[in-house]
Amino acid sequence: MPAIAYVVIFFGYPVVKNLMMGFQEYTTRTFYTGEAPWVGLANYAEVVGSGIFRTTVVNTALFTVGSIAGQFVIGLLFALFFKRRFPLSNVLRSLLLLPWLLPVIAGTSVWKWILDQDSGVLNGILRDLHLASEPVPWLTSPDVALVAVVLVNVWLGIPFNTTLLYSGLQEIPEELYEAGALDGATGWKAFWHITWPNLRAVVNVVLVLGVIYTLKVLDIILGLTGGGPANATQTLATDSYRRSFQEFSFGTGAAVSNILIVVSLVFAVVYLRVNRRAVDE
Amino acid sequence: MKKSTPARQLPYTVLGVLLLAFMLFPVYWMVNTSFQGGGTAASSSFFPTNPTFDGYERALSQQTDNLLTSIVVAAGTVLVSLAIATPAAYALARFRLRGIAIFAFGLLIAQMIPGIVIANSLYTLFNDVGLLNSIPGLVLADATHAIPFAILIMSAFMRSIPPSLAEAARVDGAGHFRAFWSIIVPVSRNSIITAGLFSFLFAWSDFIFALTLTTDETVKPITLGIYDYLEGNVQSWGPVMATAVMSSIPAIVLLVFAQRFIAAGALGGAVK
Repeated sequence: MPAIAYVVIFFGYPVVKNLMMGFQEYTTRTFYTGEAPWVGLANYAEVVGSGIFRTTVVNTALFTVGSIAGQFVIGLLFALFFKRRFPLSNVLRSLLLLPWLLPVIAGTSVWKWILDQDSGVLNGILRDLHLASEPVPWLTSPDVALVAVVLVNVWLGIPFNTTLLYSGLQEIPEELYEAGALDGATGWKAFWHITWPNLRAVVNVVLVLGVIYTLKVLDIILGLTGGGPANATQTLATDSYRRSFQEFSFGTGAAVSNILIVVSLVFAVVYLRVNRRAVDE
Repeated sequence: MKKSTPARQLPYTVLGVLLLAFMLFPVYWMVNTSFQGGGTAASSSFFPTNPTFDGYERALSQQTDNLLTSIVVAAGTVLVSLAIATPAAYALARFRLRGIAIFAFGLLIAQMIPGIVIANSLYTLFNDVGLLNSIPGLVLADATHAIPFAILIMSAFMRSIPPSLAEAARVDGAGHFRAFWSIIVPVSRNSIITAGLFSFLFAWSDFIFALTLTTDETVKPITLGIYDYLEGNVQSWGPVMATAVMSSIPAIVLLVFAQRFIAAGALGGAVK
């Protein structure tokens, strides 16, 4: 089967190769000499021992948790909102997909312009509304850059969350609400006792997929801040890129991305279990 | 739920339009700035009161080659992905071979591997076989993103085709391949279109492989063209936004003309 061969070559090979490279001194010199000496755990020791490692792990965690929380809460609110059918609701719901369909780097570029400190429209609006006395250095201050990057990632992730949660809401039988209404469960009570328990399976899938997708985000951060300022937005994914493709230290870059794989795999296993349970039920 | 009159639902429509306007403001801002031409950053206003095409002229003079590269790479990815994924999807849906379950499991996991991992090792592999800075190299790399997705989308549909359909053709003397080609492919047309459209979008929007697997100016997709602007200190956003608008055209076209396929893909890819 050609597909099996393809998957083996383009997924199996990279993963294995990447695992091996993690244990090798693999630099640009390797390309000329063909030599990549085995160095055991030296790459991992270097990565974990480097001052930047703590920063990247903390940033990755903050970026992931912040993005997921924002995307999920707003996505759920949108999904609940669109569940009430009203004129134009279908048109509006499909237009909402637009941020998700655009090339990420195109969305990133307009955000970089919006967040521009001196002439960006966001600071302009904040100034006109007298909400900020000084222009906020969204992308150039280590204090707020991570917040800005999370904001953009939330914007990009809302359509995905809304779409999946909306389809989950559609599968909850209307009779449940009718029966609940007889028992006095309306509004918030109906959400808590009917919607939420029935949506749990979809919620789990959305959250786990969200984590997996967020962990590998590279383009948004590179486009907005390049990992800066002062590594304030450097995550495991961008650090792996930086090591491999800017410093050409493929060994340590591979080590960082292997750590990333392990984290993703943990969530992938959770996902498959959750998904299977969702199918079984 | 009681049927409410359109008049009572009007507030929802108004609120919905406002929410959407808020969400799509960045897209509006992209288009708005793109028509404010070569002016400096400070001169941009809320509406393109004096629309000019200067931004597009500058963008086209710098980015035409990159746009063509993106088109070729995306089209190539669709061909490669569908050629590999369609028969694989059918095999996955129909045959109960040993190892198929493992293969399906592998596909799910494959979708979750961070692109940087694949880029890291493909770079060294492509360096050895001379595929760096080449269109075939980018097509093969982009197909890694598209193929698992395409297989999962199509096999989900093909599972719903009654086996008797292909068997009838076999009874009439057609081989496995003929039965597949003349029965399964036409019946599955919609899911194949969905898979193809998404393969196109994936490859068109690809950033990480373009960034890592090209090192010079010879092969440069439009996404990298945008990134080059962002890396420098942007003096004039008109051309940058004009480029971003042009790079968004396929997504907008798909959203307008192929809405039902998009909805199918958005759900199928994530839930399956």
